[in-house]
Amino acid sequence: MSDTLLEIDNLSVDYETERGDLKALRDISFDVKKGEIVGIVGESGCGKSTLISSILRLTAPNTRFRQGEVRFNGDDILAMTERQMRDLRGSDISIVFQDPMQTHNPVLTIGRQLLDIQHRSKATTAQKLETAAKMLAAVGIPDPQARLKQYPHEFSGGMRQRIAIAMALMSEPDLLIADEPTTALDATLEVQIIERLKELQSEMNCAILFISHHLGVIAELCDRVVVMYAGAVVESGDVREIFHDPKHPYTRRLIECDPGHIKTRARILPTIPGEVPDLVNLPDGCIFRDRCEQAFDKCQQVPALDKLKEGHFAACWLNHPEETTA
Amino acid sequence: MSAILDVKDLQTSYGKVNVLAGVSFSVQPGETYAMVGESGSGKTTVIRAIAGLAPAQAGSVKFDGQEIRGLPERAMRPLRKDIAMMFQDPIGSLSPRVTVRNLITEPYRIQGMKNKDIDAEAKRLLALVNLPSHFADRYPYQLSGGQARRVGVARALALEPKLILADEPTAGLDVSVQGELLNLLNELRDRLGLSMVIITHNLNVVRHIADRMGILYLGRLVEEGDTEAIFDRPRHPYTHCLLSANPEPDPDAQLERIALKGEPPSLLQRPSGCEFRERCPVASDICQQTPIWEVNNDHGLRCLTPR
Ligand SMILES: Nc1ncnc2c1ncn2[C@@H]1O[C@H](COP(=O)(O)OP(=O)(O)OP(=O)(O)O)[C@@H](O)[C@H]1O
Ligand SMILES: Nc1ncnc2c1ncn2[C@@H]1O[C@H](COP(=O)(O)OP(=O)(O)O)[C@@H](O)[C@H]1O
Ligand code: SF4
Ligand code: SF4
Ligand SMILES: [Mg+2]
Ligand SMILES: [Mg+2]
Repeated sequence: MSDTLLEIDNLSVDYETERGDLKALRDISFDVKKGEIVGIVGESGCGKSTLISSILRLTAPNTRFRQGEVRFNGDDILAMTERQMRDLRGSDISIVFQDPMQTHNPVLTIGRQLLDIQHRSKATTAQKLETAAKMLAAVGIPDPQARLKQYPHEFSGGMRQRIAIAMALMSEPDLLIADEPTTALDATLEVQIIERLKELQSEMNCAILFISHHLGVIAELCDRVVVMYAGAVVESGDVREIFHDPKHPYTRRLIECDPGHIKTRARILPTIPGEVPDLVNLPDGCIFRDRCEQAFDKCQQVPALDKLKEGHFAACWLNHPEETTA
Repeated sequence: MSAILDVKDLQTSYGKVNVLAGVSFSVQPGETYAMVGESGSGKTTVIRAIAGLAPAQAGSVKFDGQEIRGLPERAMRPLRKDIAMMFQDPIGSLSPRVTVRNLITEPYRIQGMKNKDIDAEAKRLLALVNLPSHFADRYPYQLSGGQARRVGVARALALEPKLILADEPTAGLDVSVQGELLNLLNELRDRLGLSMVIITHNLNVVRHIADRMGILYLGRLVEEGDTEAIFDRPRHPYTHCLLSANPEPDPDAQLERIALKGEPPSLLQRPSGCEFRERCPVASDICQQTPIWEVNNDHGLRCLTPR
């Protein structure tokens, strides 16, 4: 049996728009092993949410899969029927969205919603309510019994997010996909959730695909990191290598811009000048070229995502000494 | 100097649930005040109550010397010129069919200011947030996350407010765009003398933008003071836990975390004595007494045996 859970091979996804095809994902390849925690980082608009919705096949109507494969436990997700997909999403793959309001139905009490997700269980309603109250307590929500009767708007933002996390964990999935799950949480809760996710990994060998802008959380939680820029993977590798020895200028700039590194008050924080290129009219050459301080002649050609050593990949001509000295 | 915002003993209850149990703080003109605290501690409620968007059964909210707590909406409306709210997702909640021009100048229409040159105003506001004027013709879905936040700031600035109340203004932004937005807010504060109250969970943001910070626990401030002083030496055990939890962007970082025990206590049955007692790593018998709010050298603290 292979130890690879999720395989993404040369995946390219477009959105059809009035201006032409928006090339949201281009030639994405990476694997997630069983029980591994993989972080995805990158600027907003770089395609993180598109990637997740493609894996889950919950894409917008104007989405076009152009090439590539997504395999889960060896099965081609893109070829599954809607029914197979629904079964997969309910049990083997769980998701926590960026916006917890997306998860909760505003007109149903939280108790009702926690009952509904247990529809597969044979337990009595009383038992299910008991389970639901325990779940709320497990994610640090006081007065769980009374809270079951409340509607989503009666909870604070962070509480809604914790409930969403609890709901996603209920089915004990093989893969948990989390899109910025801790942005609405304070630091102590964030750490608690990180600990909870680590437990989940070690107890149930659940793999986690974790998207976050908070580099501190990525550094603490993840085994491996995939860095995306403008719809492409520009670097991927072991978390230590990415933070201590990044091999792509974008990764380097991203880490430098993190105010977590700057311990005294700065009047002006570092930024990456310029903007993500228009994905309808892609520029020639390296996708990062017009914002890269180190760009040189060779960068007019697209660099491939090269294997620099076991498990560390980067797409930049600077890693080709023969090109830089030419 | 007189405060632009002076909140005294603000209390909010939803039914039997006492969410804010007396919150007091003030903001000086040109000052940025950060409010941090546990999820559910009442931060959003504080700024919503100040703006008259959440109930406030007792206490006082003085804006520029004038009492505004409990004002009816009709009396509140003209004040909304001076007090701008920035929500977490300024664009998402608005119609996708409206251009940026109309979005950022909408406050004029709400205030019934008909004789404004909308085109000129849109241009002025976009320039203020460093966006090119052709952005006026764009629709929300054509903006990146960072641009959308800038448009949100432009809209908040339309009526030249004296005070901005911002709930999680940088949540969900990548570090580069977050840096841009914070630089912009810092610049606007210097240029326009804006005062701000910012709620954020991102402690790295607090450190770079706030002059003063307040730490809320269970609907009460437990510590307040100069941001740098608090980061250097947190005196309240809760503040200490909170600051020690901040994850470092380094996989090898050796963090000396002070674990926070247990769950937030019930608001229906507030603990006796110090309300942090059951979770406090340094609680002792004396903590069965109720600590009072003590202010020394501009630093407020609610703890019987501070660190
Ligand atoms: N409309 C409402 N009805 C009833 N209870 C409410 C309402 N709004 C907020 N609460 C309760 O008031 C308390 C404080 O909520 P608030 O939204 O102010 O927290 P917060 O500090 O902003 O938290 P977060 O960091 O998670 O956003 C919570 O217990 C919440 O459930
Ligand atoms: N339904 C859609 N139609 C057209 N463009 C879209 C659609 N959804 C997302 N996009 C565009 O695709 C790109 C990637 O978006 P997204 O995956 O949401 O990025 P991220 O999650 O990294 O912020 C962006 O340029 C975005 O504007
Ligand atoms: S290939 Fe060239 S432009 Fe692209 S990141 Fe490397 S140096 Fe910069
Ligand atoms: S009064 Fe006692 S229990 Fe409360 S914070 Fe201080 S030391 Fe901890
Ligand atoms: Mg996204
Ligand atoms: Mg809030």
